[in-house]
Amino acid sequence: MAIFALVIGGALLVWRSSKKEHLRRPWLKVFNNRVGVISLTILLSFILIGVLDSTRLQHHKTLSNGNISNNAETLSVLDIVLTPLRSQVEKTYSEPFASTAYAKEMSVAEDGQTRWTYPRLVYGGAHLSDPAVEKNVDIVSKTIKGLAFGVAAWFALAVVLRLSFKRLFITQPKGVKTSLLTLLAIFCLMGMGAMLAPYYHILGTDKVGEDVLYQAIKSIRTGLVIGALTTIVMLPIAISLGLMAGFFRGWVDDLIQYLYTTLSSIPGVLLIAAAILMAQVYMANNPELFTTVEDRADMRLLLLCLILGITSWTGLCRLLRAETLKIREMDYVLAARALGVSRFQLLKRHVLPNVMHLVMITIVLDFSGLVLAEAVLSYINIGVDPSTYSWGNMINTSRLEMAREPIVWWSLTASFIFMFTLVLAANLFADVVRDAFDPRSNY
Amino acid sequence: MINYIIRRLLYVLPVLIGVNILTFVLFFVVNTPDDMARMQLGNKHVNQAAIDNWKHQRGYDLPLLWNTEQKGFKQATKTIFFEKSVGLFVFDLGISDSGRDIVADISQRMWPSLAIATPSLIFGVLANITFALLLIFYRSSVLEFGGLFLCIALMSISGLFYIISAQYFVGKLLALTPISGYAPGADAFKFIILPVLIGVVGGLGSGVRWYRSLFLEEAAKDYVRTAKAKGLSDLQVLFKHVLKNAMIPILTGIVVILPLLFMGSLITESFFGIPGLGSYTIDAISSQDFAIVRSMVFLGSFLYIIGLLLTDISYTLVDPRVRLE
Repeated sequence: MAIFALVIGGALLVWRSSKKEHLRRPWLKVFNNRVGVISLTILLSFILIGVLDSTRLQHHKTLSNGNISNNAETLSVLDIVLTPLRSQVEKTYSEPFASTAYAKEMSVAEDGQTRWTYPRLVYGGAHLSDPAVEKNVDIVSKTIKGLAFGVAAWFALAVVLRLSFKRLFITQPKGVKTSLLTLLAIFCLMGMGAMLAPYYHILGTDKVGEDVLYQAIKSIRTGLVIGALTTIVMLPIAISLGLMAGFFRGWVDDLIQYLYTTLSSIPGVLLIAAAILMAQVYMANNPELFTTVEDRADMRLLLLCLILGITSWTGLCRLLRAETLKIREMDYVLAARALGVSRFQLLKRHVLPNVMHLVMITIVLDFSGLVLAEAVLSYINIGVDPSTYSWGNMINTSRLEMAREPIVWWSLTASFIFMFTLVLAANLFADVVRDAFDPRSNY
Repeated sequence: MINYIIRRLLYVLPVLIGVNILTFVLFFVVNTPDDMARMQLGNKHVNQAAIDNWKHQRGYDLPLLWNTEQKGFKQATKTIFFEKSVGLFVFDLGISDSGRDIVADISQRMWPSLAIATPSLIFGVLANITFALLLIFYRSSVLEFGGLFLCIALMSISGLFYIISAQYFVGKLLALTPISGYAPGADAFKFIILPVLIGVVGGLGSGVRWYRSLFLEEAAKDYVRTAKAKGLSDLQVLFKHVLKNAMIPILTGIVVILPLLFMGSLITESFFGIPGLGSYTIDAISSQDFAIVRSMVFLGSFLYIIGLLLTDISYTLVDPRVRLE
């Protein structure tokens, strides 16, 4: 839901701002900036994965005898795309690209003797007869094949784009070119993944044998949902209160200032912790309201976003108040007021459009912070539900794995790579957006 | 000036009352004192008598907000809310739900917190300023671009990764420092060096960028151009003029976090097993110790507000153009 709202809202914003000259200029600036385009492309591909993961379908399993099962399970489109990853579950830990399990086991060999060896994996490298010899060659050949597929797919996309949007190439040559090059890299990665993933566990498996790559990809949605939902919760409060405080002054201003001073003087982590604890106790006392694990997880995710939203509106509100104070004294506002425009109309037509750049900048700046906050909160067990896929939960479990001998490092590495890519892209994009929209940098 | 400070101090009071009400509501809107008692006494095998006894000892056997059994003024004062709140305002934090004296705990645990927070702050500010000045010195060169990218990359790494990887590489592989733990006195050195290092490195990205923008703003001013026209070298201008004049925002920025030093870092402390205030709070959260959490929230808010007040005052002290009304 939240992801859809984010996508639709984003599209709407782009469409509306493309009609207005003063908004189009900074956006063009963003699109002409190489870093901006690359980070935007990466962000959009993450969002696409999130959307695919949010589109749920009723799926009927095919049973082993060929019939279709009557029990429908709800799967997302992403789950279906990633079916080999989702279903190829090993017994327990295995290293990235491994063909044998991570720990030795007693096993019965063909000659009837029991040996203490590393057992072969059920899925990882199962197509090889002698992994020690064939594995490297197989991986390299599959990688090359995947790269070729990626390049071919990218080429097809580029041709289609070129044919359908000829105008686009003339008006913004630089941005589109950079974006296409970034896409080439993404396509190559995806091609390689698609070639290798059905045969190997690219990032290994975790304690219960689930593919780590699958977990990391599924976590994208959690990160995005938290960023998007929190923004949706926070924006209306921040905008309406900020504008009101600056515009009406007097007791309204005092009250709103009191509200945000109080809220912002409570250490954020404590407030969040208290609220989540409260929810846990509530759920423990009323088990009849939350019958399934999904219900609990959804409830906790929603609550987390609510609380994060409530704690994070104060900064934007303060900014908007100050800006409104300035704008309400400007000549055009005074003129409009003298003409008898109602106060609501004044706020809507004259003040709000002129503070939108602040809102914009804050949204993109806050987004990466929220993804990082999720990880920390999940780590101290006050974030999303432990059953939800999230990078925070992955880090949390991998902490114990680091103490194992020899260590299990791939869970942590996987969550690090994915989280770092998303947050870095968001940060870089935020930086470019701020440079483009900040009126101070425009002279 | 005195008038202003008094007015601001009076303003602190309603904010603290608000904080207090908020935490109280947060805890008791779904949580009853019975639940808390059961939690503390060890869930299942508790009878009602033990619960009542626990509640009576801790003062939780009163109504929450309004006591109908009492008369007059006591209707408002003979309640959990009132009895538990009055103490906070005179810093008599009472005893925790598990029966320990909170003030004693805090005064004992604030030293490890300070031992980590103070060097982190000092070295952090020094490192941030140094790197920010370097970035400005090599302005519009590859070095600056690379440095800025590095800053953003550092900002994009979750603090958890810094801690986990440092613990693993420095603590476990190289065995240079103990992985976690704490010892009082001079022995503390080897325990605090890693958390301090992580604190400095973790804050580097955003810190350098913030100081850089401060210096840039300062460097765009006319007197810098004059100094350069006079024939001073870039280095001299940077250190003699820009740094000196940017001290005002730097100092005021530090003042606001000074009081918060007491609170320590929640995550770092619990990771390294340091018996400071941060881990104290985390432990209290996980054991649902309402009294401690509430005291810590109150204390934290109080220190934060004092920090803000100090910032405003320090502005007037260092910059005569600012007048407070």
